[in-house]
Amino acid sequence: MSDPTTADTDGETMHHVRLSVNGATYDIEVPARRLLSDAVRQDIGLTGTHVGCEHGVCGACTVLVDGVPMRSCLMFAVSAEGQEVTTVEGLGDADGSLGAVQQAFKDCHGLQCGFCTPGFLTTITACLRDNPDPTREEASEMVAGNLCRCTGYQNIVSAVLRAAELQGAGCATKPEHAAQEAQA
Amino acid sequence: MKPAPFAYLRPECLQDALEAYADHADDAKILAGGQSLIPLLSMRLAAPTMLIDINRLTELSYVHTDASGVRFGALTRHAQIEHDKRANRAQPLLRKALRSVAHPTIRNRGTTVGSIVHADAAAEMPAVLRLLEGSVTLRSHEGSREVGAEDLFVGPLETSLAAGEIATEIFMPALPAGAGVAFEEISRRRGDYALCGAAAIVQTDPGGAVTSVKTGYLSVSETPLVLDLSDAFDDGELSQTNLTGAGELASAAVQPETDIHATADYRRQLAGVLTKQVIEQAHNHASARTIGGSQ
Ligand SMILES: Cc1cc2nc3c(=O)[nH]c(=O)nc-3n(C[C@H](O)[C@H](O)[C@H](O)COP(=O)(O)OP(=O)(O)OC[C@H]3O[C@@H](n4cnc5c(N)ncnc54)[C@H](O)[C@@H]3O)c2cc1C
Ligand code: FES
Ligand code: FES
Repeated sequence: MSDPTTADTDGETMHHVRLSVNGATYDIEVPARRLLSDAVRQDIGLTGTHVGCEHGVCGACTVLVDGVPMRSCLMFAVSAEGQEVTTVEGLGDADGSLGAVQQAFKDCHGLQCGFCTPGFLTTITACLRDNPDPTREEASEMVAGNLCRCTGYQNIVSAVLRAAELQGAGCATKPEHAAQEAQA
Repeated sequence: MKPAPFAYLRPECLQDALEAYADHADDAKILAGGQSLIPLLSMRLAAPTMLIDINRLTELSYVHTDASGVRFGALTRHAQIEHDKRANRAQPLLRKALRSVAHPTIRNRGTTVGSIVHADAAAEMPAVLRLLEGSVTLRSHEGSREVGAEDLFVGPLETSLAAGEIATEIFMPALPAGAGVAFEEISRRRGDYALCGAAAIVQTDPGGAVTSVKTGYLSVSETPLVLDLSDAFDDGELSQTNLTGAGELASAAVQPETDIHATADYRRQLAGVLTKQVIEQAHNHASARTIGGSQ
């Protein structure tokens, strides 16, 4: 049985957890009930991951766990040990410029207040990996599990298509289609 | 922090998990995907003193398909089964229903076994297990037993699992030749729990006559409900008259409740309408399989 190193403070057992986030390693001491979303924001200090509903409905907290989108409010930090977590801070290009999905959101006005945006960016990044050349219908399907209260979904769906175009896959098959969508 | 404190164990193999659960059967809960349990903990609707995290039991992450049907383990995520081609060739109702279980992101983490033993009558997969007459393997420190779907669901969010038992595997029978399946639900938004959902399995004989019609329902009863509507088709025809009769039988048989999302009457009407739709679709599916010789 793997029993992470533990220490007592205020009677609650603390777990030593080594988390790998955006390629960097963080050693944190947390109780088992610390949600991954809170660990990322409070213990590690990466506040790009937003917390809306805290029960899995809104999608704002979505991060990639071993490349797969998951709700960080529905995971405990202890459970994420040994897995690679990617937050919105990890989506930029190596030179510090915006990644394709981020750039597409900027190009298409895919955000207003930006609260929901980190969850959309992580989700779309993973979805475009599986389907690099989505139709508008598929793009809309990709973001169906994320809520946005102010931008509206038209521009967000356009941003998905624009991101596909920026990543190159869209160009070969339907350049006009994606460009039109981006302006819509 | 939102959840109340709990002790946390993360066994590396099933044997260790069973031993730990035997020692703490009264106060421990199993943590699978956590997509139902963690919201309950965060809202403090549940406060177990110990969680046994089974996410390291990779031996329970599999989808095995043979001529008899599909078996999957306690760590198999909804998404794994949804995307497994062999499994869905053997039993196409799996994907048809899994596509309505929450959103893809939830399906990446949540387990189908967890969903079934969570036994929410508004969930898709408990109804599918009942309709297909599948079974679940339960393991404890003391041994193993197999429970049929009809004996598993005993009340709202309540199963016949004994203290210290872990559901390790679910078996879903393959779709027989000449049979077809369908699934439909109405929810307020895609990915939400359904106001009403229905699944059907229609069996036809080599001449194309309907020989058996069964339907399963979600969100209209306390435990997953299955109806045998074969009598409505006793002339073997899929006529509008027979479909209407089946819809009326279904509306009369469901026991929906009124809540903030929908009235009981509305759900009752949905059950009737969906019944007709899924039977017709399942029949089309059976015909297409017979002609196409495949799915
Ligand atoms: C926003 C949102 C929307 C959702 N919508 C739907 C929906 O439309 N339809 C639907 O069906 N579900 C829905 N779900 C729930 C989701 O499908 C869950 O994944 C599933 O119900 C539970 O599986 P889990 O692996 O996450 O189990 P957990 O949450 O880990 O566990 C659930 C319960 O089962 C017990 N348990 C789990 N595995 C075992 C086991 N192997 N042996 C014994 N006990 C066990 C746990 O102790 C706990 O009591 C939704 C969830 C969210 C967050
Ligand atoms: S904060 Fe996690 S889904 Fe809303
Ligand atoms: S940009 Fe404000 S909630 Fe989406």
